[in-house]
Amino acid sequence: MAEKSSIFDMIGPVMIGPSSSHTAGVVRIARAAIRVLGCQPETAEITFYNSFARTYEGHGSDRAVIAGLLDFKTDDIRIKESFRYAAEAGLQYSFKSVGNASAMHPNTLKLNLSGPNGQVEVVGQSRGGGVIRIVEVDGFPSDFSANLHTLMIEADDVKGSIAFIADVIAHDDCNIATMTVSRRGKNQLARQFIEMDTALKPLTLEYIRHLSWIKNITYIPNIE
Amino acid sequence: MSLLFQDFASWEKHYQETGEPLYQPVLQYEIEQKDRTEAYIWENIARAYDVMREAVKTGLTQNMTSRSGMVNNGAKKVAATPITVLSPDFKLLIARTLGAKEVNSCMGRVVAAPTAGASGILPGILTTLQDIHQLDDRKIHEALLVAAGIALIIEENASLAGAVGGCQAETGSAAAMGAGAIVYCLGGTVPQAFNAVAITIQCMLGLVCDPVAGLVEVPCIVRNASAAAIAFSSAQIAIAGVDPVIPVDQCVMALGEVGQSMETRYKETALGGLANTPTGRAIEKQVLVQDIEILPDTPSE
Ligand code: SF4
Repeated sequence: MAEKSSIFDMIGPVMIGPSSSHTAGVVRIARAAIRVLGCQPETAEITFYNSFARTYEGHGSDRAVIAGLLDFKTDDIRIKESFRYAAEAGLQYSFKSVGNASAMHPNTLKLNLSGPNGQVEVVGQSRGGGVIRIVEVDGFPSDFSANLHTLMIEADDVKGSIAFIADVIAHDDCNIATMTVSRRGKNQLARQFIEMDTALKPLTLEYIRHLSWIKNITYIPNIE
Repeated sequence: MSLLFQDFASWEKHYQETGEPLYQPVLQYEIEQKDRTEAYIWENIARAYDVMREAVKTGLTQNMTSRSGMVNNGAKKVAATPITVLSPDFKLLIARTLGAKEVNSCMGRVVAAPTAGASGILPGILTTLQDIHQLDDRKIHEALLVAAGIALIIEENASLAGAVGGCQAETGSAAAMGAGAIVYCLGGTVPQAFNAVAITIQCMLGLVCDPVAGLVEVPCIVRNASAAAIAFSSAQIAIAGVDPVIPVDQCVMALGEVGQSMETRYKETALGGLANTPTGRAIEKQVLVQDIEILPDTPSE
């Protein structure tokens, strides 16, 4: 049985119009993406796919995505004026539309971001009601909602690494909700995306960060 | 265990057994099912009503034009016209409902209640009701909880989304929530409140979702206004003790059945109805992004 709704799904959410999938969802994808990048982006190339490709302007999804890149929340009234704030912040951006991408969800967008920390490519889906799914990071398949706490790990593909990390997280009393592991090839760099119900302690994060076979970790707390 | 809002019959039975006001089991539901404190709930219901009031005000005072050009300060025009077709209260109801919904179309802040497309209806109804009857905020907050309970039952047995059940599910549900809230606020009986829901569904049944160019503007904005009017007419009928004949739970079933049998072109796809008229198509052409790279078809495996 599907989980029962909250009364705040009936009277709520408080949001910026016109529609939760075109505004709230898009803002959240962009907010997740800047956390993956780990800094404020200086340039952003945004690609809207399929249904989004034709409708993004009319629904204001272009303003929503820029607002998200500036880390505005989904109920921030500045969303409508986000282009002006982007100019003030010195954010350079461009939009592109691609249709008939048959392997993709109808409401998909791709963000290519770069900033002082480097660059990332993030693909996200807006699935209605403001719910999102980040399905790709730098070409690696992922599957997280940014509703929970997410740990992104880049590591050497060593034996037992997945079980080890799961164990460390369990010792911090964290429940793993979803986990995606992918690698380019055998013994090559692997990526783990781990979604947890509760937050990880900073100490646990530091421990994981300092393991010899870990290249990089990014921690993304839940995004409103 | 709390009431699970499966149907109106069990809500009514709960009332007969406990004598609790209608909002009480809704509060209990959220506390038990969603682990919220009572203080959190009242605080956030109050916030929702504040946002609704603010949306009404914004819609009636600020510039409301949308990028497509289809929204052009309709609420302010209604409020300013010297011609009053029915009564000043009615004119205000319509202006306020249009205003809050225009705010939604113009990227302003609203409460999805139950959805963004229907976000003008409860603000228009409740602010007008509060004005006319001098109700305090607490009463309106209770009424919002009652409205949430009504929506939970409709979601369980039919749908609240235009893409699933047509516009009857979206603006129809909001109107039903509003009608029940009106009867609650004015001290009608529990059966009368639920009869108001039944009558509203009877009036809204069959309405398709056909937004021009896929934008939540035409006919959505004017439909918010008519839904608010229907909520008041239904509440007036129900509170006088008129029997809707078909019980409310069966009306909800009909809502679900009609929604299921509706063709996809009438479910937010912008393929039928007003979206498919020559003018609708011309506007769509203008609004949609034309500079688009179309990938070649991938052969199916
Ligand atoms: S026509 Fe469709 S999009 Fe517009 S209000 Fe009705 S259900 Fe929502």
